[in-house]
Amino acid sequence: MTRPLLEAKQLVVEIGGKTVVDRVDLSVASGERIAILGRNGAGKSTLLSTLAALRPPAGGALLLDGEDAALLHAREAALRRAWLGQFQSDPFGSSVLETALTGRHPHLGRWDWESKHDAELARAALQAVGLDGMEARQIHTLSGGERQRLAIATLLTQAAPLYLLDEPLAHLDLNHQMAVLELFASTARDCGAGVIMVLHDPALAHRFCDRALLVYGDGRTEIGTVDRILTADTLSELYGYRLRQIEDRGHRCFIPE
Amino acid sequence: MPTRHRAFLILASLGLLAMASIGLALTVGSFKVSYGEVLAALLGSEGGAGDVVLQLRLPRALAGFACGGLLALAGALMQVLLRNPLADPYVLGISGGAGVGAMFAMLLGLPVLGVDGLAFVGAFAAMLLVFGLAHGDGSWTQTRLLLTGVIVAAGCGALVALMLSIADEHKLRGMLFWLMGDLGQSAQWWPAFAALAVALVLAMPFARELNLLSRGLMQAQALGVAVGRLRYAIYLLASLATAASVTTAGSIGFVGLVVPHLVRLATGNDQRLLLPASVLAGGSLLVLADTLARTLIAPQQLPVGVLTALIGVPVFLFLLSRQPK
Repeated sequence: MTRPLLEAKQLVVEIGGKTVVDRVDLSVASGERIAILGRNGAGKSTLLSTLAALRPPAGGALLLDGEDAALLHAREAALRRAWLGQFQSDPFGSSVLETALTGRHPHLGRWDWESKHDAELARAALQAVGLDGMEARQIHTLSGGERQRLAIATLLTQAAPLYLLDEPLAHLDLNHQMAVLELFASTARDCGAGVIMVLHDPALAHRFCDRALLVYGDGRTEIGTVDRILTADTLSELYGYRLRQIEDRGHRCFIPE
Repeated sequence: MPTRHRAFLILASLGLLAMASIGLALTVGSFKVSYGEVLAALLGSEGGAGDVVLQLRLPRALAGFACGGLLALAGALMQVLLRNPLADPYVLGISGGAGVGAMFAMLLGLPVLGVDGLAFVGAFAAMLLVFGLAHGDGSWTQTRLLLTGVIVAAGCGALVALMLSIADEHKLRGMLFWLMGDLGQSAQWWPAFAALAVALVLAMPFARELNLLSRGLMQAQALGVAVGRLRYAIYLLASLATAASVTTAGSIGFVGLVVPHLVRLATGNDQRLLLPASVLAGGSLLVLADTLARTLIAPQQLPVGVLTALIGVPVFLFLLSRQPK
């Protein structure tokens, strides 16, 4: 039995004094993909950044690869998990390659500069998201979708065993949405990475994840396999809007009534 | 792709520029000294020209270089700390505090050491005040820090204006020169130089972490930067560097804002290169500006702050216009 990549025990998450997630237990094993679903403002992003050890939980404990996240140095944590935020703001210019190379930071010593090997990793990551040939472009000339793919490439360069993705499909066209989800599916399958992602499309969550965590925003959460938990009834309650379920070749689809 | 090799070449050429600017400062002036005489004086031979070089021009050039380097370094650090390209060393009220201290000392008629001492006390007090107010609820976000600094600076500006308006006529010129920045009044060159060396040595180990910090707090933390501690350290370092410069030569404008941008436009935004290159470029710019300031309408002297702006603005606009978009 291998150690889980992430283990949350009775984790409590608060935003401005309001409890949005009350005592959730979650364990992510190698190769597992988990979707977090919920309404706007339900606390999905705050939960995700808490799971990434970027903010302290209001209660409970978080273990990253078996170690208490509260005691881990930031650099140690960065070797155990990679986090994709919702917003990329770039007040200063930088090239695409330089940005992808920032993912190597936790792997380098204080006085090290990026080596040829690091540059190869960054180029491979850029190729994986379809940004090859754009290494020298300035980041503020990129479109929203290209900037998002660059952020994903930076994450791949970081090469941590666990990925925490906050709306990884934001700004992406349909083609790149599928490409990114396929990419993380294969990373989980072939490299044994764990993936937790905040998604807004329950159909894609059903297709690309093993389990789903529903966040209701009032403290309640529900977790289960996607087949069991992603149904018209639970999702109608989650989103507060009546949904109908359609099945096509094993894929579920949900359309508003 | 950032490499050590490229950084070394750029820093070496900027090092040559720095030496050339100091060399020029030693020869040029109302009393001409040839390069041969400068070299002889530096190597220790006694003589009339040697005294001018060693007693007057060399300390002033070194103080100018140190102040320019300190301001450029502090500016680069503030721009990363506030993640704002418009930030400069004075934006958080350090120079305002120093100005209040220095004006008060001049109003009382204290000697140079008293002016320097009170300027430093004022800068330090402003730093603590801004930090205390911005940190009040523990959040100390960039916006809160920036707003607090701007407000404290505005308050200091009002106090300075008040003291200028009640000062005697014969003190006014000295006070105005101090406010615009003037190297003629610097008592000692080595404290600023030591501060520059210490600040650079302390900042360089964190250069790559600063690269990440400029991309966002959460982003940097996720990539393994201990963001909280780093921000405290950078704030303290940039503030003390500014205080050291302002205490030595008054509030020389423009260097701290524009030199980091000049270097960034020319070499990119890698702090491992940007910080030392800004120090060399800022030091050289200030030495050149000061040399002009004391020769243009000699024997009259201009405040060096006027010259830094007059040199820096066209260079900056040129670099900005040739940037491919």
